[in-house]
Amino acid sequence: MRTVAVVGASLAGLSAARSLRKQGFDGRLVVIGDEPHRPYDRPPLSKEFLAGTLGEAELALETEDEDLAAEWLLGTRATGLDHTARAVRLADGREVRADGFVIATGAVARALPGSDGLAGVHTLRTLDDARALRDELARGGRLVVIGGGFIGAEVASTAYALGLDVTVVEAAATPLAGPLGATMGAVVSGLHADHGVRLLCGVGVKGLSGEHRVDAVLLEDGRSVPANIVVVGVGARPCVEWLAGSGIALDNGVKCGADGRTSLAGVVAVGDCANWYDPRAGHHRRVEHWTGARERPEAAVATLLAGGAVEPGVPRPPYFWSDQYGVRIQFAGHAGEADSVTVEAGAADDRDVLAVYRRAGRPVAVLGMNQPRLFMRVRKELAAATS
Amino acid sequence: MMIPACRLADLPRGEAFRLDTDPPVSVFHTDDGEVYAIDDTCTHQDASLADGWLEGCEVECPLHASKFDLRTGAVDSPPAKLPVRTHEVVVEDGMIYVRLSTDAPNLPPCISARLAGGPA
Repeated sequence: MRTVAVVGASLAGLSAARSLRKQGFDGRLVVIGDEPHRPYDRPPLSKEFLAGTLGEAELALETEDEDLAAEWLLGTRATGLDHTARAVRLADGREVRADGFVIATGAVARALPGSDGLAGVHTLRTLDDARALRDELARGGRLVVIGGGFIGAEVASTAYALGLDVTVVEAAATPLAGPLGATMGAVVSGLHADHGVRLLCGVGVKGLSGEHRVDAVLLEDGRSVPANIVVVGVGARPCVEWLAGSGIALDNGVKCGADGRTSLAGVVAVGDCANWYDPRAGHHRRVEHWTGARERPEAAVATLLAGGAVEPGVPRPPYFWSDQYGVRIQFAGHAGEADSVTVEAGAADDRDVLAVYRRAGRPVAVLGMNQPRLFMRVRKELAAATS
Repeated sequence: MMIPACRLADLPRGEAFRLDTDPPVSVFHTDDGEVYAIDDTCTHQDASLADGWLEGCEVECPLHASKFDLRTGAVDSPPAKLPVRTHEVVVEDGMIYVRLSTDAPNLPPCISARLAGGPA
């Protein structure tokens, strides 16, 4: 393999580029990114960066003396993959020919229909999104966060600390019930009320009101919540439109084997756009976690360099973290598989808790709030139990 | 400075022992039976590496998954960018001793500020 093109220049793309060099690839390496920025870390965008305690230089993922001997094509979007010609087409008309391809184009934040062109309405996914939101939050006022998931909750927590009046609107009866289950979802989202942030659950959003700038969020039950800043945190969808017509199998992102291989030879996919087969579960899962974006490229790159002849290792249970209102939240595993949840240390009411999720007595997931030491112990047991 | 940490027999393989020095230092006993000492605090954010995931000669930060090589202190995974200090380990008469490095530590921004007397 003489040339590899990595399409996507965030954590998954950078991890793939690093893995390529680490695994001995010494050919031409081209990294393509639609944002103009070098790879940066996204988790602080809803927390320290938004709060103004962390600057842009500190978001950089590359170290100062790092040199991957890669060609960086930044600020240009991939518009097509021509598998027959072995080429990626770019929006600026250029074309990158390569023998191997790593698809790492990530996901984009879902917007609220009809909110285009209304000032004060934000999504949070990129550095540019975060810059714009940070500048608005600095002016203060009333913030309404639509969506009580992790991004929404982190923004609410950060904005609360900055002194804004914050309301979170969540369509489901319990926020975070998807990733954490209803019981612990209620415990974690209880952090909002603990700090005087209003949480309106079980009600959808009908639309936004305002002439040029948003002035309220209109709810489906007829209520109107005043707002001069709105953050829409209703999830993300994989960036795979550009692969239409390439012949690659798409199904909730790029469909991959347990080793990252796609339906096209010499093409692997990693990160938030990739729907990997999970051999333990017996089905595909698309996991939008920082840790997956960092860890999986190693296996995918091994697959690419070996021409698809490697036996994939068993991945560790997915892991993610969140910091809200000064509480460190950690989660590993799959809550959806559990038939019971038990608090094993601390107390839910104190938001200082270790909860273990089990199915038929076997641990399948673990949640920690301010319990890093115990959490890691159970996380290791979980990996051993499910490997 | 040479400081006694703990008895080798009291530190099972795969476990770590944290010394309450300032900054704290941790001693790791690997599954292969080697003993290493490094600064306990992740260089990215305030977290104890003694609580981390030990595998081979690498420890992964329990919070954000940065990995450090116990032998060299080198970091090989983001989000951390700086290595941790390593310290010399001596095992004598069944006791583990650590000779503290005289290099400057690489502490995360929040801790550096505290040590410098600034806001935490």
